[in-house]
Amino acid sequence: MYTDKVMDHFSNPRNVGEIENANGVGEVGNASCGDIMKIFLKVEDDIIKDVKFKTFGCGAAIATSSMVTEMALGKTIDEALVLTNQAVAEALDGLPPNKMHCSNLAADALHEAIKNYKETNV
Amino acid sequence: MKQIYMDNNATTPVKPEVLEAMLPFFREQFGNPSSVHWAGRMVSGAVETAREQVAALINCSPAEVVFISCGSEGDNFAIKGTADALKEKGNHIITTTVEHPAILETCEHLEKNGYDVTYLKVDRDGMLDLTELEAAITDQTILISIMWANNETGNLFPIEEIGRIAKKYKVRFHTDAVQAVGKVPVDVQQANVDLAVISGHKIGAAKGVGAIYIRRGTRMTRFMHGGHQERNRRAGTHNVAGIVGLGVACELALKNLQKNYAYVRNLRDKLEAGIKELVPEIKLNGHPDADLRLPNTLNVSFAYIEGESLLLNFDMKGIAASSGSACTSGSLEPSHVMGAMCVDVVLAHSSTRFSLGANNTEADVDFVLQELPPMVQRLREMSPLYNREQPLTCDECRVVRRVSQ
Repeated sequence: MYTDKVMDHFSNPRNVGEIENANGVGEVGNASCGDIMKIFLKVEDDIIKDVKFKTFGCGAAIATSSMVTEMALGKTIDEALVLTNQAVAEALDGLPPNKMHCSNLAADALHEAIKNYKETNV
Repeated sequence: MKQIYMDNNATTPVKPEVLEAMLPFFREQFGNPSSVHWAGRMVSGAVETAREQVAALINCSPAEVVFISCGSEGDNFAIKGTADALKEKGNHIITTTVEHPAILETCEHLEKNGYDVTYLKVDRDGMLDLTELEAAITDQTILISIMWANNETGNLFPIEEIGRIAKKYKVRFHTDAVQAVGKVPVDVQQANVDLAVISGHKIGAAKGVGAIYIRRGTRMTRFMHGGHQERNRRAGTHNVAGIVGLGVACELALKNLQKNYAYVRNLRDKLEAGIKELVPEIKLNGHPDADLRLPNTLNVSFAYIEGESLLLNFDMKGIAASSGSACTSGSLEPSHVMGAMCVDVVLAHSSTRFSLGANNTEADVDFVLQELPPMVQRLREMSPLYNREQPLTCDECRVVRRVSQ
């Protein structure tokens, strides 16, 4: 059902955890859908120097969270803002169709964290 | 990798004796039992033997057993066949919020066609209040349909008491006995049941065969139209090999009922006690009294984590179980059974069902108990809900299916 890349990111998720002095935090999803993703950012000079995640959800939710942190790390916040959920899914060689809407929220969480950074660091 | 199968409420492996009994009916004994010639005669006896074997397991007359293709067909037939046959008498059906979709969706279909359905609520342990059942009965009530045992929690409903109530008010009583048969004694006479459905593949027979018990004299509108098979109750050429296998599976189930109950129950109790001891912050879903559950079923929620991700971790270790999470149900909602029991929605997403069988061993249980705690801990460390300063609460009681009107 899942691609090898999804299973790789699910079994060995990258960048799990929290950043103590994060300057951008975003959370999306809701418990009733079964997916909650939280992204922590350390942004310096508009560059994402560190990114970590915590996710409650299915295999796809965990894998997309892991993948988005890999894709965002080292990017400028403007570059990160154009990352889409679709791009995250493609980087994982695709997700099952029924997972595309419910569990593919990782880029949204990243965008929320960037928004939070922009609001709190003006 | 060792494979540990703990999903016997989903399906079971075909028993070797069952397969052996079936094989000749794919080869030399290929006839259609409705034919008069030698090929037909060669197999018609086998179908009748199987009918006797099924009847013996549930304590009815062989003439009251009708072979069908699966449990869902039986539930559809029981409800639609009754609704149509008794439409002059009334249009009200009583069932529960925790039935199998084969019951719930059939009832919802009838609601769109002029029938009224009462869906009885369950309490937090997943049990019914029989005074509510009695209060729901009206002069329009034509059918009570209540499962013998719940597939997700293993809860056993008080079928004999429900049977007494049905008899008192002269209302027909159907029970989906798919999960109960072979695991606990099912006696349709003692329980005063009029209709009962069993499924082959849950008891070591093949997929694609089942049976419905129809008490003698029960008026039903045919569900499958066509030939005169099954005393005009159900058209369609007999699935002879499947039926023969079902018969043997029923015979084995009857012979081993007490032994398997004790064996499987011991393993399940060990798993249940082990999980309670080794994993903090869990919730048992189902009745806390193990006597009121199937001997093989354990449904437990692990706080802060989601069921599918746990199942994937299990699968990587060769362990097969199932979950009530939305991701495994194919919908956006977690299990309707958990919803009806008012299980917190996050816990519902993590509900995990272990359904054991006589093929499991103590070593299987030990292996699960060894692998499970670190898996749960790892997923918890990854969860934003774990050690949260302000925990998310879901006080709202969410019932996925509509409740009684």
